[in-house]
Formats: sequence, structure tokens, C-alpha cells
Amino acid sequence: MIAALAFYLFAFVMLAAGVMVVVARNPVHSVLFLILAFFNAAGLFVLMGAEFLAMILVVVYVGAVAVLFLFVVMMLDVDIAELRQGFLNYLTVGGVIGVILLVELVLVFVAWSIAPDIASSIAAPTPAASEIPNTQALGDLVYTRFAYPFQAAGLILLVAMIGAIVLTARSRQDVRRQKIASQIGRRREETIEIVKVRPGEGV
Amino acid sequence: MMLEIGLAHYLTVAAILFTLGIFGIFLNRKNVITILMSIELMLLAVNINFVAFSTFLNDLVGQVFALFVLTVAAAEAAIGLAILVVYFRNRGTIAVEDINSLKG
Repeated sequence: MIAALAFYLFAFVMLAAGVMVVVARNPVHSVLFLILAFFNAAGLFVLMGAEFLAMILVVVYVGAVAVLFLFVVMMLDVDIAELRQGFLNYLTVGGVIGVILLVELVLVFVAWSIAPDIASSIAAPTPAASEIPNTQALGDLVYTRFAYPFQAAGLILLVAMIGAIVLTARSRQDVRRQKIASQIGRRREETIEIVKVRPGEGV
Repeated sequence: MMLEIGLAHYLTVAAILFTLGIFGIFLNRKNVITILMSIELMLLAVNINFVAFSTFLNDLVGQVFALFVLTVAAAEAAIGLAILVVYFRNRGTIAVEDINSLKG
């Protein structure tokens, strides 16, 4: 009973936040509603028993990706009025396509049924939560059977980091910096000059 | 409203969220930031699908794959936002109609 109530609450708030992400005028409001949607999705994950993924959603998605969105939205000077042009034009067409897509998806779910011999073809049976916690069970899988995809995911993150830095790094012309190479490559001939000074005369 | 929450409930929620994401891309064709956020909504819907199936079929591979989807989504959001920042630096606006000038 409580689980059903929690499910409907999380699901309803998540979908409402999803609608507001799309419809909000101010991009900062959109990002904040996206954060709300992520939190409620994490709640749904906890209800399903995937608590590691729920916490990862909060830490990575909300804590890194959504904060990145917020940085960029606040940094860019967005002309909101210009961006909203054409919003109403596409409302009807978008709404029709959305409804058709939703009807198709729901039709697939209603006609779908689990195969009777599914238990024998499960790739990695979930151990009971009373024996092994979800995090450990995931770790048992990821670091053994799925070690190659795990390393590939690390490589993807590395490439994304390098790409983001290469794209956005720029050298500022109006900032004075040390040029270490020219400091080290200084030669005595161009630095010191010995002048014979007669007593009583200046340089 | 059924009190027994089953697989179909989670799949329906994920389907509605996915549709909202696509709807968002349709409506906000000029606003790159909202397009990126709608893509994140679609990826979240797919993750909910994966985890729902993983729970109801007692198969942990669904959660492993959802973890990888999460990784790739974060990487893609970072690169998309980097492109957006550089685009804004060069243009002064994020109106997307002339985005095919990015074509190499």
C-alpha cells in the first residue's frame, strides 16, 4: 500500500517536472525541474531495489551533469524571446506525434508477455538482497564479466574530457605570463655588460 | 489505479517520459540547451526501462547496462555543452537555425 503510494507520488512528480522542463520559459527553471525529475527517478530506482543506481543517479546526474547545465545556462546570455518563436507552431504537430508515439508504446506493453522459459535464459541472476547488497552484486558483475565494457566506459569518459577541454580552452592575449623558455635561455652576453667607470664619473 | 505495482506501471511511466523528451525536442527547436535537456529526459526514460526489466526478470545485467548508459549520457552532455559554449562565444546567441554552419 505504501509502496504503491510512493510509486504514484514519485511517478507523478517526475512526469510533472518533465513537462515543466520542456515548457518553462526561463532556462534556469528548466534545469531546476530537470534536477527534480532526476531526484524522483532516483526514488523510483530505490523502490525497484536498485539502490546503487539510484545513488549514482543523484551523485553523477544531479551532482555533475545538471550542475554543468546550470553553469552553462547561467554563463550564456540567452535571449529568451527569440528562442520561443515557433513554439506555438509546433505545439499541435508535436502533440499529435507525441500522442501517437505514446499509444504505440502502450500497445506494445499491453500485448507483451514474458516467455515461459525465461528463468533459464537469464544472463546474470540477481542474488537475493538479503544475502548480497545491490552494490556488491553489481561490483561482482562489472569487474569480472563486464570488465572490458567497464574499461571502455572509462576510455569514453577520458575522450569526452579531452574533447571538452580542447574545444573550450583558449589563450588570453591580455594576460601577462612567464615565458619559462626565454627565461632559461637567457644568455650572459645580452644580460650583463661590464662598463669601466672612472672614479668621479657616472655611468 | 491498481495497488499492485507491476512491470507495466514502470514501463508506462518510462514511455510517457520518453514521449515528453521527444515532445520537448519538437517544441524547442531553436533552444539548444532545452534540446540537450530533452535528450537527458529520454535517456532517463530508457534507464527506467532497463532497471524495471532487471527487477522483474531478476536479471542484474539490466542495471549494469543502465550504468553504462549513464556514463555515456554524462560524456555526451559534457561535449554538447562544450560545443554550445564555443558556439555562443563565436556567435553571441544560441539560436540554432544556422547551426548547419557548424558543418565541417
